[in-house]
Amino acid sequence: MNLLTILVALPAVGALVVVSLRDRDRLAVQVALGFCGLALVASLVVAGRFALGGAQYQQSETLEWVPQFGVSWALSVDGIALALVLLTTLVTPIVVWAGRDDASSGGRSRSGMLGWLLLLEAMLLGAFLAVDVLLFYVLFEAMLVPMYFLIGVYGGPRRQYAAVKFLLYNLFGGLVMLAAVIGLYVQSMQGGRAGTFALPALVGLDIPYATQVWLFIGFMLAFAIKAPLWPFHTWLPDAVSEATPAQAGYLSGVMDKVGTFGMLHLVLPLFPDASRELAPVVIVLAVVSILYGALLAIGQSDLRRFVGYTSISHFGLIVLGIFVLTSQGGSGSTFYMVNHGLTTVLLFLVVGWMIARRGSARWQDFGGVQRPAPLLAGVFLFTSMAMLSLPGLSTFVSEFLVLVGTFTRYLPAAVIATLAIVLSAVYMLLLYQRTMTGPVPEHSVGFLDLRGREMVVAAPLIALVLALGIYPQPVLDVINHGVGPTLQQVGVTDPAPVLGPAAAGAEGNAP
Amino acid sequence: MILSAAEPVQAAAASGVFSMMWLLLAFPVVGAAVLLLGGRRADRWAHLLGCVTVLCSFALAAVLFFAMLGRGDDDRSIAQHLFTWISVGGFRVQAGLLLDQLSMSFVLLITGVGGLIHVYSMGYMEHDERRRRFFGYLNLFVAAMLLLVLANDFLVVYVGWEGVGLASYLLIGFWQHKPTAAVAAKKAFVVNRVGDMGMSLAVMSMFFVFGATSFAAVLPRAAEASEGWLTTIGLLLLLGACAKSAQLPLQSWLLDAMEGPTPVSALIHAATMVTAGVYLVVRSAPIFEGAPVAATAVVVVGAVTLLFGAIIGCAKDDIKRVLAASTISQIGYMMLAAGLGPTGYVFAIFHLLTHGFFKADMFLGAGSVMHAMDDEVDMRVFGGLRSRLSLTFLTFMAGYLAIIGFPFTSGFYSKDSIIEAAFGRGWLVGLAALVGAGVTGFYMTRLVLMTFFGRPRWREDAQPHESPRIMTGPLVALGALSLVGGFMLLHLFGGIKAWLEPVTGFQETELGVPTIVLQLVTLATVAVGAAIGYLLYSRRDVPAVAPTRVSLATRAARRDLYGDAVNEAVFMRPGQYLTRSLVYVDNRGIDGAVNGTAALFGGASARLRRLQTGFVRSYALTMTGGAVLVVLAVLLVRLP
Repeated sequence: MNLLTILVALPAVGALVVVSLRDRDRLAVQVALGFCGLALVASLVVAGRFALGGAQYQQSETLEWVPQFGVSWALSVDGIALALVLLTTLVTPIVVWAGRDDASSGGRSRSGMLGWLLLLEAMLLGAFLAVDVLLFYVLFEAMLVPMYFLIGVYGGPRRQYAAVKFLLYNLFGGLVMLAAVIGLYVQSMQGGRAGTFALPALVGLDIPYATQVWLFIGFMLAFAIKAPLWPFHTWLPDAVSEATPAQAGYLSGVMDKVGTFGMLHLVLPLFPDASRELAPVVIVLAVVSILYGALLAIGQSDLRRFVGYTSISHFGLIVLGIFVLTSQGGSGSTFYMVNHGLTTVLLFLVVGWMIARRGSARWQDFGGVQRPAPLLAGVFLFTSMAMLSLPGLSTFVSEFLVLVGTFTRYLPAAVIATLAIVLSAVYMLLLYQRTMTGPVPEHSVGFLDLRGREMVVAAPLIALVLALGIYPQPVLDVINHGVGPTLQQVGVTDPAPVLGPAAAGAEGNAP
Repeated sequence: MILSAAEPVQAAAASGVFSMMWLLLAFPVVGAAVLLLGGRRADRWAHLLGCVTVLCSFALAAVLFFAMLGRGDDDRSIAQHLFTWISVGGFRVQAGLLLDQLSMSFVLLITGVGGLIHVYSMGYMEHDERRRRFFGYLNLFVAAMLLLVLANDFLVVYVGWEGVGLASYLLIGFWQHKPTAAVAAKKAFVVNRVGDMGMSLAVMSMFFVFGATSFAAVLPRAAEASEGWLTTIGLLLLLGACAKSAQLPLQSWLLDAMEGPTPVSALIHAATMVTAGVYLVVRSAPIFEGAPVAATAVVVVGAVTLLFGAIIGCAKDDIKRVLAASTISQIGYMMLAAGLGPTGYVFAIFHLLTHGFFKADMFLGAGSVMHAMDDEVDMRVFGGLRSRLSLTFLTFMAGYLAIIGFPFTSGFYSKDSIIEAAFGRGWLVGLAALVGAGVTGFYMTRLVLMTFFGRPRWREDAQPHESPRIMTGPLVALGALSLVGGFMLLHLFGGIKAWLEPVTGFQETELGVPTIVLQLVTLATVAVGAAIGYLLYSRRDVPAVAPTRVSLATRAARRDLYGDAVNEAVFMRPGQYLTRSLVYVDNRGIDGAVNGTAALFGGASARLRRLQTGFVRSYALTMTGGAVLVVLAVLLVRLP
């Protein structure tokens, strides 16, 4: 067995073991963390073996699954996938640890919750690494099941409504995508060849433009719902406000990335002509998402719905970067996915701690918290700065790359999207002002500050956002390695500067 | 005009003592990190560490300054490459520093005046329980400000640019339990973000046009770009500069920023950060020289703002707000000069430095007064403080003389130079600068008379006392600089004109009349302004409560000439309305449409309602439905 298969299998096996532990809660948490940790180690080994000078896809493994239809268990890693795999393996243990007590009330099984979470991680890793379109599809759909149960069993009072809404929305998208997957398979049979789902064989396939458009729409609908892109976004605020904070963070921070990942990793190389032609349509939706999500975030009173809407705005920027078809846009988007994963998880956790302490999720019920809980306020403020992409933090690098990549090809879109830097400051700092500052009202007296165990959860995320803001290049190198070939497959090159390329050595003042 | 601009200087690589350049930044960064992460353990020595780091930077800056003096005129531009920050496709940004005569001037100002203000803060913040955090934020500010002026790439400048914005936000809102402070902090950040939009779009435009964003790649090639692009970039940079330097139309935040502790107002909102916009314009000189429209816009913004700020300053009773309005006005002078091109660049920086001395001096003096009067800021309940606070009074008077341009004080040299250069552009611009000087004479006289002279109007429990030496020490130093700093800058080490000329270029203004005539006219104007102030506020008693029956103009000035009212009517109200209606539409419209569709297809919504009963079996049923669909999907694949 190849390392990638082991990487995917580790959390899956972990899920089985954890579920079998039933009532032994402490042990279940330890075992779950153990398997997440092993997956993290495995992913780091994959990263260590990744050769920046090597081929686009590396460390491949192909096992036959349904040979009659050309379906195989085919895993392979490129720069884009590696970035998201590392995000997943890093965030999962944090989410497991932070959310370990979420099942403690109401006699719900903790081992069940952890099992679903680990299974979800396995499916996510599989989806990021799959280079067989049907394998990707199956995992893409199947991961709805663990998330459905996580929301529907462990969530808040309206959890069933939210879970079903989540499921129906995403299933609908998935069904449309299935038709497109089959259509793609049919296309692969042209010229009397045997049909295949293998991504490398499908890329570069000569598909008629009209067919490409239909297949493009089929894939994009599923991914736009998952991402979520306006106007397919309404399930997200419900889902994240009913899920537990850890799961909500995992949902919008990691799982939803499969949607944007699919756009970049599958849609662009598979349907290059349609992608180029329809990019303006997607860009319009993305720009609307950016502004719409931000404006709605300002108007929310529920903290979790607030975070949900900020995510919609951020996903708009990610999608924008993908479809402007420039290397800055593509790499910026991929890096954005990583950074948004880190910051959103952090923000959901902080908001979750606030809600748990106060017993309410409305900002009107907070105020003056920084006095009794300065650490909590500090972490909240740091997260706010990360959300509004303060230069020096990793989120700035990705946001600016997306914007500059947009500017060189779609100038008006870039100008409108840049409004996000004002709106994000408004929605984050308004919330900080409302919840954290001002005189201490009676209900905030004795507001518990962050405890050590909570700091342990927040510290690695904070450290990563800082470190990647100051020195992002190692990660960008990996991402560039994947985005470059992808854009070649689409058949686009970056626009040249107006004055022609800069003179050699003129990039810096360095000799 | 372009001919007279400086030829681009090739920066030499840092070697010898200059290879320690990065330490300038490293000291305050380490200070900030230790103070902010150190926890309570650091409480006892936090203020000491905070001062030491900045003073270390100042000492190093002084060493580098003398080392630089030892080099030839055209060999004083030294670059240090640090690391590759971002490299994606053709977009490559190197993190690197550039120390030349321009950034050196700023480094000395930031660490020198900054160091004095740090020392002063040890006294001013002595009893604040969050003193450690205060010094941590101050160190963070110094680090960001140094990065802003030392970076050699516009995107790296932008990092410092927003970094000082963060520090400003944290320090304005330092007393967050006061709602006014929290709101003012947020306002400052958001308004600055509007400017940052301009700044980041400018950087994007640079990449689009030049293919790079470093000084070395953009500035020498600026002449090759079309005027349209240069104008665009220039105006976008101006937008950024307007926000940071509180120029019209983004001026409103600075008056509210006075909610922060007074040393913060002195350091950030007077001496250093708010002048960053001037730095940006001067640094981007080749762009503005190729874009006359943008350069004229800079002049207009400067001229209008200098009058605007001065008028507001006349009506305020809050001593800090008068000084803040005065800062807005004085930066207007600098902006105006920076827009004039090579006749003005040197004087913009000259005035920026002298203003750094005398405004920091007066803000710290105001802080000393507040310290004596239980944090009272209303000048109507001051009066007669000169006897009780003699040292504060004397140092404040030094600043006063400097700002009104009393002969041979620092402001006399720098402001008169700007007025002269302004007349070189045109009589209207010159007149604005001249009238501004007269109004300055009025409102500063008013401030001094209301605070230090006349009959005491103190509240009953007021016990004015002179501040401790740790606070008066920096006051004396800054007071001395206010008096002689201008003369020193003009004549020491060859003088500031020769010093900056290789970077910014310099051209004498040719006026039809001798300089001395204009100087006399300016002095006469200031004297008239001061005399009116004297007549109004010294000959008559100052009422302890602000009179309500006042002229329309006074009323407008008291309300900051309706800056906030405009913001509210144009941005806030429509924004709130838009947000509210979108929330409504999102809940009813989009979600409603989706749920309605669901109802059409198979009565899903009915099922939803039943599900909310909470029976496990009902959602298990739904789940089975989902599973069936997945299985169906897999089966379908087998069909073809």
